[in-house]
Amino acid sequence: MAGAANSTALSAHVRAEIDTWKQKFPAERQRSAVIAALHAVQHEQGYLTPELMEAVAAYLELPPIQVFEVGAFYSMFETTPIGRHSVSVCTNISCMLCGGDEILEHVKGKLGIEPGQTTPDGRVFLKAEYECLAACTGGPMMMVDHKYYENLTPDTVDEILDGLD
Amino acid sequence: MAGNGMTDEQIEIEVNGQTLTARPGQMLIEVTDAAGIYIPRFCYHENLSIAANCRMCLVEVENVAKPLPACATPVTPGMKVSTKSDRAIDAQKATMEFLLINHPLDCPICDQGGECELQDLAMGFGRGVSRYTEGKRAVPDQDLGPLVSTDMTRCIHCTRCVRFGQEVAGIQELGAIGRGEKMEISTYIQQSVDHELSGNIIDLCPVGALNNKPYRFSARAWEMTQHDAIGPHDCVGANLHLHVLDGRVKRVVPKRNEALNETWASDRDRFSYEGIYADDRVTTPLVRRDGELRPCDWDEALAAAADALRAGGADTGALVSPNATVEEGFLLAQLLGHLGSASIDHRLRRRDFRAQDADPVFPWLGMTVADVENLDALLVVGSHLREEVPLLAHRVRKAARQGARVYFLNSESYRYLFPVAGQRVAADLVAGIDQVGAGDDVHRALQQGDNAAVLLGQIAMRHPRFAELRQGAAQLAANTGARLGYIPEGANAAGLSLIGALPHRGPGGQPRPAGRHAGELLNQPPSTLVLLGIEPEHDCAVATAASALEQAGRVIAITPFLAGSMAAHADIVLPVGSFAETAGTFVNAAGDWQSFAAAAVAVGDSRPGWKVLRVLGNLLQLPGCSYATAAEVLDAARAAAGTPQPDNALAASAKPGPPPAAAGDDNLHVPIYRADALVRRAGSLQQTSDGLAGGGAPANAGDEAA
Ligand code: SF4
Ligand code: FES
Ligand code: FES
Repeated sequence: MAGAANSTALSAHVRAEIDTWKQKFPAERQRSAVIAALHAVQHEQGYLTPELMEAVAAYLELPPIQVFEVGAFYSMFETTPIGRHSVSVCTNISCMLCGGDEILEHVKGKLGIEPGQTTPDGRVFLKAEYECLAACTGGPMMMVDHKYYENLTPDTVDEILDGLD
Repeated sequence: MAGNGMTDEQIEIEVNGQTLTARPGQMLIEVTDAAGIYIPRFCYHENLSIAANCRMCLVEVENVAKPLPACATPVTPGMKVSTKSDRAIDAQKATMEFLLINHPLDCPICDQGGECELQDLAMGFGRGVSRYTEGKRAVPDQDLGPLVSTDMTRCIHCTRCVRFGQEVAGIQELGAIGRGEKMEISTYIQQSVDHELSGNIIDLCPVGALNNKPYRFSARAWEMTQHDAIGPHDCVGANLHLHVLDGRVKRVVPKRNEALNETWASDRDRFSYEGIYADDRVTTPLVRRDGELRPCDWDEALAAAADALRAGGADTGALVSPNATVEEGFLLAQLLGHLGSASIDHRLRRRDFRAQDADPVFPWLGMTVADVENLDALLVVGSHLREEVPLLAHRVRKAARQGARVYFLNSESYRYLFPVAGQRVAADLVAGIDQVGAGDDVHRALQQGDNAAVLLGQIAMRHPRFAELRQGAAQLAANTGARLGYIPEGANAAGLSLIGALPHRGPGGQPRPAGRHAGELLNQPPSTLVLLGIEPEHDCAVATAASALEQAGRVIAITPFLAGSMAAHADIVLPVGSFAETAGTFVNAAGDWQSFAAAAVAVGDSRPGWKVLRVLGNLLQLPGCSYATAAEVLDAARAAAGTPQPDNALAASAKPGPPPAAAGDDNLHVPIYRADALVRRAGSLQQTSDGLAGGGAPANAGDEAA
């Protein structure tokens, strides 16, 4: 196992965050805190490296593979470097009926990249695929970083994307 | 296992019109398996937890809308099941069709071909032609180390290998990475799978994704013959199958025996066969003339050996490998007795013989192997258990996982991979055991346990103050009501003790005027020294063992291998077969006598050890030495040994006498793949991280890749 020393790769803030989550689960069930822990790490570091996942494993006293499994399973976790901002356009059924595909086409054209790519300036990452984000009443919608934008039109999309640093 | 409640209550269910009785809560597949009704499966395995992820075991249950997985459906009274109805078969066929979407059609070049669960079930449940025209996915292979080869494209994601790591090995290195069609079994970061039981994932994998690396592409399952064997390295006596082609052992797999090895084999038992074909096997008898060992025929060598024994007379000594068979040990002990010598010993790594009269008649575990997992409190003194006896460590691990309080007392800390209640590390083990007084945790746990034990490991038995250590352990056991047990060296220490391959006792433990023990034989070598299956410089406690050969008048080496000091100083070399080439018997630490027959053709001109010793007996006119078979030798040995009750009680009465002068050697642990001559020559094991940690292959080991 990675050894506790590795957990110094985690900031004090991340460790505090993991501790909070760990307390919500019974003793010996710290595996339940893996999703939250990876979330905290990704929020701070942008994406998950094997080293960071090993550090989470060491901190939670789990075999590293159990953390890798979680990191590789959920599409919201990034395991390769991505742009500063992450854009996900929903194309699931409700959004599709309201023009989600057109919004995605517009975003692609505006950024000049395909889903799964980052703009050459490293500013925006367009997520490969997105399924329902549970904002169906406001479709078409997209998520930028952690924020939802609903009832999109090409104009509002331009405004939002132009506003990203 | 799930569902094995302690209740005696019985219920009845009906399967395919047949009434079966079951315990409530048992999984359907356990009940049908017991009744011999076959239900296809991939992910279910009786010694692993239930995952129910492959869906191959779907069956129809009356009044249930959908087919149910038999491996995860508990039986209920009156349940009516049909395993062969149209609905059941349709469901099974549909599952098979899905499994085959991505499975490659490379059976002709896959080692699993002919013994593949997927291939078998595809025969029964697959369609002749696939309805899919899409390309199949490909998955990159993993490098899991020198023992297990991978072809991950073949994986069907049953997760048996993953569950094995988590549940049996105690270290999960493999996992399911990604999801859906992208799911792969992987270590994520390239790493080898390092565990002394890792080879079992080869057997568990129902397809050809995980296979036996040293055996790769060297035979087909249907070409080989299967022979029973007994694990030749440790005191569990694991039941094995040797798979032999053209007289040569091609691979070793476990033979199921729930009382001993369950469905598992240790890597040492599985891969040590490579050593049989090492480069330094002696293929013809040798006799030293003009300072050089020269090949000769058997008659000449045996006559020379008989002369040497006659010349040695009462000043003959013998050092016997703890892996020697009962038959070999018995004949050699008889032969020495006939010459008037009692100087025979198999306790080669022992340092302290002061209290040998308090040794039990045979070193026994104090319980059966399977009973170890029922312990609720255990102190193991002086043992790197995972390396000494991997399958015993596995039983202890099961006990610990069921809540047993397991403690270790060692002079360094080891990694156990299960919940250990306490690891005591004491530079001086004797002081360490004496500190466990009333009020101590360990003392309390042993006392409170209904089923508690104190086990003395191999490090303890090699300790320079073993007498005091054992006295302390025996005292502790007596004070707390715990059982005292031994974890003896090698495959047959119990058998060799019982038939009198000891200086101070004859067969059955009859006391006799003591001859020279192993330490004395090496410190003051006799005029004729017989070595049976050992390499003195690697197998003995005495650091100067190698030079003892130089000082002994005559050295007779009865051995499969010739290297080091034996090559330099043996006068007569009699080549004998390894465990695979001879019939014999081992007695494990639970006192089970297990015999096996020769499975492989002897290498070169080597002969079974018992036959060589029988002929020597004849040449020396040993009375009654007219055995025609190993079984006859065994009968004589058993008759001589009688049926002593296993009893470790003597230990408490030991009066050690003054402690010996400081006995130097601190390093009492022998690395797992250095334990005996055979495993030291097993190239693939030497390449594992445990093998490399032990120093890797010795200079004269066999060909690495075999
Ligand atoms: S590698 Fe074999 S045992 Fe492991 S999940 Fe795949 S098919 Fe099952
Ligand atoms: S379908 Fe787009 S948010 Fe639900
Ligand atoms: S054997 Fe039952 S689901 Fe796999």
